[in-house]
Amino acid sequence: MAYTLTVNGESKTLEMPGDTPLLWALRDGLHLTGTKYGCGVAACGACTVHLDGVAVRSCQTALEDAVGTQITTIEGIGTPAALAPIQAAWLEHQVAQCGYCQSGQIMQAASLLAENPTPTDADIDAAMEGNLCRCGTYPRIRAAIHSAAAKMKG
Amino acid sequence: MGRMKTIARRTFLIGSAAIAGGVVFGTYAYKKPIPNPLKASAITPYVLIDAQGITLIAPRAEMGQGVQTTLAALLAEEMDLDWDQVQVMHGPASRAYFNAAVLEEGVPFAPTDESWLAETARGAMHIPARFLGLQITGGSSSTPDAFDKMRAAGAVARVALVQAAARREGLDAAMLKTASGAVVLPDGRKIPYAELAQDAANSDLPEVPPLKPQSEWRLLGTSLPRKDMLGKVTGTAQFTADIRHPGMLFATARSNPGLGAGLASYDATAALALPGVEKVVEVPGGLAVVANSTWAAFKAAELISYDWEPAPYAATSEEMLAQTAASFTPESQDSRNRDDGDVEAALTSGDWSAEYTVPYLAHATMEPMTAGAWLQNGRLQVWAGNQLPTQVLKEAAAITGLEEAAIDVETPLMGGGFGRRAEMDFIKQAIHVAKAMEGRPVLLTWTREEDMTHDAYRPMAMARIKGAVADGKITALDVQLAAPSVMGSQMGRLGMALPGPDATIVQGAWEQPYTFPNYRTTGYRVPAGVPVGSWRSVGASQNAFFHESAVDELAHLAGVDPLELRLSQIDHAPSRKVLEAVAAASNWGSVPAGRARGLAFCLSFGVPTAQVIEVEQGQDGLRMTQAWAAVDVGTALDPSIIEAQVQGGMIFGLSAAIHGEITFEGGQAQQQNFPDYDALRLPYCPPISVAILQNGDKIRGVGEPGTPPAAPALANAIFAATGQRLRSLPLGKVIAFA
Repeated sequence: MAYTLTVNGESKTLEMPGDTPLLWALRDGLHLTGTKYGCGVAACGACTVHLDGVAVRSCQTALEDAVGTQITTIEGIGTPAALAPIQAAWLEHQVAQCGYCQSGQIMQAASLLAENPTPTDADIDAAMEGNLCRCGTYPRIRAAIHSAAAKMKG
Repeated sequence: MGRMKTIARRTFLIGSAAIAGGVVFGTYAYKKPIPNPLKASAITPYVLIDAQGITLIAPRAEMGQGVQTTLAALLAEEMDLDWDQVQVMHGPASRAYFNAAVLEEGVPFAPTDESWLAETARGAMHIPARFLGLQITGGSSSTPDAFDKMRAAGAVARVALVQAAARREGLDAAMLKTASGAVVLPDGRKIPYAELAQDAANSDLPEVPPLKPQSEWRLLGTSLPRKDMLGKVTGTAQFTADIRHPGMLFATARSNPGLGAGLASYDATAALALPGVEKVVEVPGGLAVVANSTWAAFKAAELISYDWEPAPYAATSEEMLAQTAASFTPESQDSRNRDDGDVEAALTSGDWSAEYTVPYLAHATMEPMTAGAWLQNGRLQVWAGNQLPTQVLKEAAAITGLEEAAIDVETPLMGGGFGRRAEMDFIKQAIHVAKAMEGRPVLLTWTREEDMTHDAYRPMAMARIKGAVADGKITALDVQLAAPSVMGSQMGRLGMALPGPDATIVQGAWEQPYTFPNYRTTGYRVPAGVPVGSWRSVGASQNAFFHESAVDELAHLAGVDPLELRLSQIDHAPSRKVLEAVAAASNWGSVPAGRARGLAFCLSFGVPTAQVIEVEQGQDGLRMTQAWAAVDVGTALDPSIIEAQVQGGMIFGLSAAIHGEITFEGGQAQQQNFPDYDALRLPYCPPISVAILQNGDKIRGVGEPGTPPAAPALANAIFAATGQRLRSLPLGKVIAFA
């Protein structure tokens, strides 16, 4: 069946079963590959996107349930030529190692900062616990979130 | 410069120009030139200058360790390029990119041994590396292997460009300088390298000029912005699964969870009836399902009923542990690389002894195993994050019957490697699927469950250690280590045999720079069973836990501070200095009230590494409050990358120390996904400060040395905090962490 999604402000139509996880609709249906598959069971956060501005695990969101929402992916919050503040902080702190989990980390952190512009370490702990990184970039993730918060505050 | 010339002469090639003379280990086959795998406009296999700009080939796989940035910096330094002028790519699979340093770790000489014999043995390892054409990323070897080669490649390219400019302008080359990617003429005019590249590529290569002294480095020694960072923070970096081709099909595979056993029969009727499913293909280990989306393939694979043959090894972890415990016998002895003094005479039956164990571990890279392949018009294209591209080429030729010349292997960015992507299983499956779907590009993605249950695991291992102390020192230490052979298992899967003992069984224990007067290390080989493989720091990942726990126990028994004991019984200067550095950084002598600390040390991959972990017992559990590490890499090329690797290596070690355990029932790995094989998460990660020292004589790689001391540092901290001595991992089974 055909579904129309609003992804990064653009209307996109794709033909896939309605119970297909949004993750695979984005990746295999729309070829938006910045969102990653890590576990398929909402245990790693690599697939994190925003639905109406809130971080969700796209591996647990059915395509048909995403219809009518504003979907934002890593490609939608900034571009190499025009980085979002959170991405600029990631670049400044040279956070990524393998980089595979970082789209999810950034989307989770962006959602945190939208909700709480001055997060404490405890706030960061609570928000980021669901996002796994096997390379061990956590110290730099924490530093980058604080740095982005400071910059966004101006 | 004699050795430099040799390296350069056998490494830098233009087209078919024969480069031979002056080779140290001379045989005809060894001297034969390896063709430049790049097109004619390439000055050397490492430098490509064309309309797109200047591209440097960093022929080691980027799995997060920053290697492509550092390798490119080596070239850019000598070529006088500005950092923003440079692009980096992995380049094709080619024997021209062989890695000699990776085999050096296997020689039976401690890294601290700089005798003629030890150096000769290490040098001899360069011959098999070249014969095998081993293009490999692993063993923390990329930077040591590249340090001379890549700088010399850059220097040669620069001279070739200068000579081209001299010919063109009718000037003496000695009058010309280079800066910012251009040759600078005496009158100040600049000729960009791009204008000179074709002429330079068509001329004979010059001798390798003297390399820049360290004092003149502009890029090396500084923290450079990583070349892969912008792509990774914007979701535009391409991993294997992100590469799309028109008409692409999506596949997944299911292999026998009894590892290595076959598929007796299957029924795929229901799977084939699922909309979007194209085909079910038999592949090594089991089946692959091909569909129009990865999700459809995942669902279809669930609908197949499989009749698996039984696993060819013990059914349960308990049986495997019993096999391990039964291997401390003379018949199973694999090596005794160290036997100082007389351990038998120095130890009596009443002396201290302990037994330690560690479980199997999965690599659990964030990106599950993924490979793409496309067979059409007599050519095969393979794209797969892997640590052994020349082996991929070999396997692909064997599966398809094509000549290697008809096969392109691309190595995209990897979502973590840690040793897992030195395996060929998933790549071979993708090639089989491409063969069955000829004409269509296919992307094969394993589920997380498939990935976790079909690993080449870090082996289960056990240590039996005896020791004695007197006058505040360790007088005798007898270290007995039992594990299956990682190298035997891994090389077996590559169709090779491992001659002689496996150094990884004792790695991280036998070569430690302690001066105990009676000191013996014996390796025992547990019979092969579950497939085992290289897991970040390999044998040192378990042996440092065994050895450094024992040293800590004996220090307490002797009534001596664990730092003081180490400093009084280690005479290797760089090792002493990392201990002193970590002690100074952590203010070792003064621990905040309510907290306790553990110290561990390990020399692995030539890098002395010391770590201190501080813990605090709270109401919710034990919390790691701070951590410190000190490493000596000889020469630090990029401090930011080194810091990240040491922190990351330590966190990888802590994940295993606290959470990591793969168990077997009925011959199958029981843990399926992150809920039952978790890793350290952000709230539990302490701040980690890293001191980078440069006292060692040789440059060293740092992808692995951060891992081994993490587990013993934490176990020793737990003892300091609670008096509880934990001798088996994971610690999370006993301790609640907060």
